[in-house]
Parts: sequence; structure tokens; C-alpha cells
Amino acid sequence: MLNIGNLVCRIGDKTIVDGISISFAAGLLHVIVGPNGSGKSTFLKAFSGEWTPASGHVTYDGAGLDRYERIGLARRRAVMTQLPELHFPLSVDEIVMMGRYPHFSFRPTANDKAICEEAKRLLSIDGLGDRDYLTLSGGERQRVQFARALAQIWEAPSEGGRYLFLDEPVSSLDIHYQHQFLHLARSLVKEKIVLIAVLHDLNLALQYADRIVFMRQGRVVAEGTPDIVTGGLIREVFDIEARLLDDPEGGRPVIVFT
Amino acid sequence: MKKIPFHSYYTALGLLLLLSLIVAARVGAVPIAYDRILLFLRHAFSGKTGPSIEERLFLEIRLPRVLLCALTGASLSVGGALMQALFRNPIVEPGLVGTSSGAALGAAFVFVMGKDLGGARLDALGPFVLPLAAFAGGGLATLLVYRLSNVYGKVNVNTLLLAGIAVNALAAGGTGFFSYIARDPQARSIVFWNLGTLSGADWTSTGIVAFSTFTGIGLSLRYSRALNALLLGETEAGYLGVDTRRLKTRILLLNTFLVAVATSVVGVISFVGLIVPHILRLLKSSDNRWLIIGSALLGAILLNVADMLARVIVAPSEFPIGVITAFAGAPVFLFLLTRAGRRQQKGGFYA
Repeated sequence: MLNIGNLVCRIGDKTIVDGISISFAAGLLHVIVGPNGSGKSTFLKAFSGEWTPASGHVTYDGAGLDRYERIGLARRRAVMTQLPELHFPLSVDEIVMMGRYPHFSFRPTANDKAICEEAKRLLSIDGLGDRDYLTLSGGERQRVQFARALAQIWEAPSEGGRYLFLDEPVSSLDIHYQHQFLHLARSLVKEKIVLIAVLHDLNLALQYADRIVFMRQGRVVAEGTPDIVTGGLIREVFDIEARLLDDPEGGRPVIVFT
Repeated sequence: MKKIPFHSYYTALGLLLLLSLIVAARVGAVPIAYDRILLFLRHAFSGKTGPSIEERLFLEIRLPRVLLCALTGASLSVGGALMQALFRNPIVEPGLVGTSSGAALGAAFVFVMGKDLGGARLDALGPFVLPLAAFAGGGLATLLVYRLSNVYGKVNVNTLLLAGIAVNALAAGGTGFFSYIARDPQARSIVFWNLGTLSGADWTSTGIVAFSTFTGIGLSLRYSRALNALLLGETEAGYLGVDTRRLKTRILLLNTFLVAVATSVVGVISFVGLIVPHILRLLKSSDNRWLIIGSALLGAILLNVADMLARVIVAPSEFPIGVITAFAGAPVFLFLLTRAGRRQQKGGFYA
């Protein structure tokens, strides 16, 4: 359980995150949406511990972020950011193994290696182990980074939950991999992981989210099940006219922008 | 990413280092036969050295010089590996980011002004004053370049190169100033500093550099995993549990320690720290543990070879070693630069 109370983040005298209080439970896929500059990324950095907020509190399993050591936090919380830029040749295996860094002190154990293999298999990149990351396509890179994040929190800690945050994880994937990726992310929900994704594509959000959080100008404007999404809400948050069309096959509705 | 295990590489490099040390001990203005070297070494270990000139030449000049050369090569190369990991850029090396020239300025300052400023008190600190001053100068220069080129957690290559040029020019100007106001015998050694020379090697300086090299490399190894994580970016390393702020300060300090102490003794030798980690990356991988150990071994080998050339080309006189490393290193640097430029031009997300 992730609890956030009255969180405020500032850069200089500019308020980026303006007093957000919200909680995220395990077992649901939470999706945060909002226009550029709405404070999504800073918000994510703040509750994942990489940004010191001006005020407010963030608790993981009831204990404040300041109660965790960096390494202890890294054993239960993984973050997949937008594609990091690498300047050096590194093999896929080396990058996935980085996910295990918080868990071993000198050399990876047999267990660490087995976990990396399983993570690669889950993302169907097990054939790429020796490949140089710089020679991979955008989609392959994204899957390597996801495998690294999964390897980081592969095993449940002895007490407390696991947390996985995805910052625009599908931005460089084609439509096939976007759906495959979110499908896989959804399936993690039953692993009792607190799962939060920042997405740009509203239709993807609508289709996969259990709970959607709308952000605008550093505040949460609306949150709830996908049922709360209406043309009016989208206009209010994104400044664009939109309406929802029902799927005749009984799936979730589709947003059409006009 | 070939499948030869790391320890085979370490063994091969170790053997090569041993070989280069033996050959380097032999060649020079006065060649010394291998069986004589063995004999002299046995004498030295049993504590009864003979009176012959050849033996004194070997034990008091040749041997410390060869060892100092290997230690300096190791220090500079590991410094290069550390800086490349910190700046997340393969074209960085201690000479480029100002560590070497800053250290030379610090050393020149003490060399010329020492007597006027501290007098007797400085003398009491003896052989440590020069390395300390070099450490302060090198640290300040590196910090300045890093601060200027690192904007919001991202290193901008263009700013880095320009800041490096500016700080290096400033430091070289300062060193030039001290050599101008210095009285004659001092000035000569300052000029030598800008090109590097190992001819001043003795057991005291070799001992000091041995200390900094071994402790510096030992400490660097502790950070190899954190440096790997840093390759992904500062934020990503933070998510993997690395305290990036502390890591960066430690790495800057370690690099300064390694490079400045060596520079205070042998002067500015550039490009070694650039080429060595680069060769190692081509050989095997960018894993920093491999780069640090490998740089120590390969750096020692290459600088030894360069020094052998410096002694042989114009024997019985000698060539400044910095000229040789620059001739070998500058083309590699230019090659890397054009490649980095091309990658930046492609730009965008998929680059």
C-alpha cells in the first residue's frame, strides 16, 4: 500500500506538484494521465524517492520514505523510466543483471542469474543475452529495461509489498508491443504488486487501467474506475473535444477526438 | 562480447606486464643483460649490493624508473576509466577534464613559491607537499569542469569539451606564469612537467606513487558496481539504490588522488587514460570492474612501452614521454570524437 499525503514539490518558486493526497493499493493497475507539464513525472519521482518534496509525506506499507535505506527501498521498489541513453556498449545480460545489484554485494549468486534468465524469458528477449544494447531496436530496448525492473523486484521481500512504477513505458513501442506490454503489466497485478504507470495514450489507459488518475497543473483533477471518463472530463484536462463510443463487442469504450 | 572468461584476460595481461617490466629494465642508454638483472635483484633482496656502477645504475635509477612508470600508467588509466564512467562519455580522460593540468599548476606553485611562503614548515612535510598541492589543484580543476558541463544530471559533451579547453588553458597559463617568474633551475623542471618525464624517478617518489596507486585502485573497485548502474543515468542509478551524489564526490576525489600524485612526480602525460579503457572496452566489455582492473594492468604495460621508446629512440639522450603518448593517443581521441558527433547528429529517441 502506497500512501501519499498532501505532497508538494517545487522547483525554485514554481510549484510542480500542488498538494496531492492519494493512495495506491496492490492488486490494481493504476494509470496516471495528464497533459505535458501537468507534473506527472515529478510526482512519480517524488513518491519513488528520487525527488525530495517540499512538504507532505509518502509511506510504503505504513513506513515513511525516510525510514527506508536506499538499498532497502531498491529491493522492493523498481522504476522503469523512459529509455535511458547509453554511450557505452553493454550486453543485454549485463543490463538485466543491474536489476539484481541491490540484492548481492560482490558477485551475483546462482539465484540472481536464474532470476535474470526468467525475466528475459518472460519478455521474450532470452535470445538476446549477448547482444550489444546499442544495436537493439527501440522496442527491444524497452523490453530489456522492463526485464531489468522486473528482476529487481522478482522475489517478494520478507515483509511488506513490492512496488513497480512505469514512466511512459510504451512510448517507443509499435502497436503490437504496446498491447503485449500492457497485457503483461496487467498480469503482474495478481502478484500483489503496487503497480502505477504513467501513460500518454488515453485509449490505452482506458483499455487497461483498473483505476485512472487525471492530473492537471500539479493536482489530481479526477480519479476512479474507467467509468469516470467522459467527454467533459477529457475536455477539462486536455483542452480537446472528445466523445466516447461504446464497443459493440462489449469491451471498454473508445475515445474519439473531434 | 566474446566468451573468453575474465580471468584468462587478467592472466594474459599480468604476464604481459611482467614481460614488459623485464624488457624495460634491460633497455636504455646502458643495456643490462638479463642474467645481470637477476643477479642484481638477488643482491638487493639479500641486502648486500655490490659496488659496481652497473649495479648502482640498475638499482638506483633503472629499477625505480621502470616501477614508477608502471605505477603511473596504472594510475592514469584507472583515472581515465573512472572519469569516463562518471561523465558517462568515452572521450573523457584526466588530461581533458583538467585533473592533470590542475595538478601540474598546484605542483608548480609549490615548486616556485614554496620557499617564500612556508619556508621551514613546508620543508618539515618534505616529499608530501608537492603531491598535496597537486591534489588540491587537480581536484579544483576537475570539479570546475564537472560543474560546468553537468546540467540537470546530464553531461553536455560540447560544454564539457569547451570547459575542458578553458580550464586546461587557464592551468597551463598559470604554470607558464610560475615558470616565467621562477629562477633558472626550477624553471627547467616546470617546462618538463608539461611534457612529462620519468627521469627524476627515485625510491621516495616511487614509494609515494605506489601508495596512491594501490589504495586508489583498491578503493575504486568498491564502486565498480555503482559506476555500472550510473551508466544508465543518474536517476536510474538512484532507483537501483545508489547514492549518486555521494558516489560522484568519491569518484572525483579518487580520480584526483590517483592522477594528481602521479602528476606531481612525472608531470602531465596525456591520452593514456583515454586509450587504455577504450581498448579494454573493444576487447571485452564496459563492465567497470573489468575496466578498473584491466586499466591498471594494461596502463602499466603501455606506459612502460612508451617509456622504453622514449629512452631508445634518441639514446643516450631521451625523448619526452608525453610526446609519444600524444602521438599515439590524439588520433584515437579524434576518431572517438567523430563517432560521438555522428551519434549526436542522429539525435532523437532512437539514436
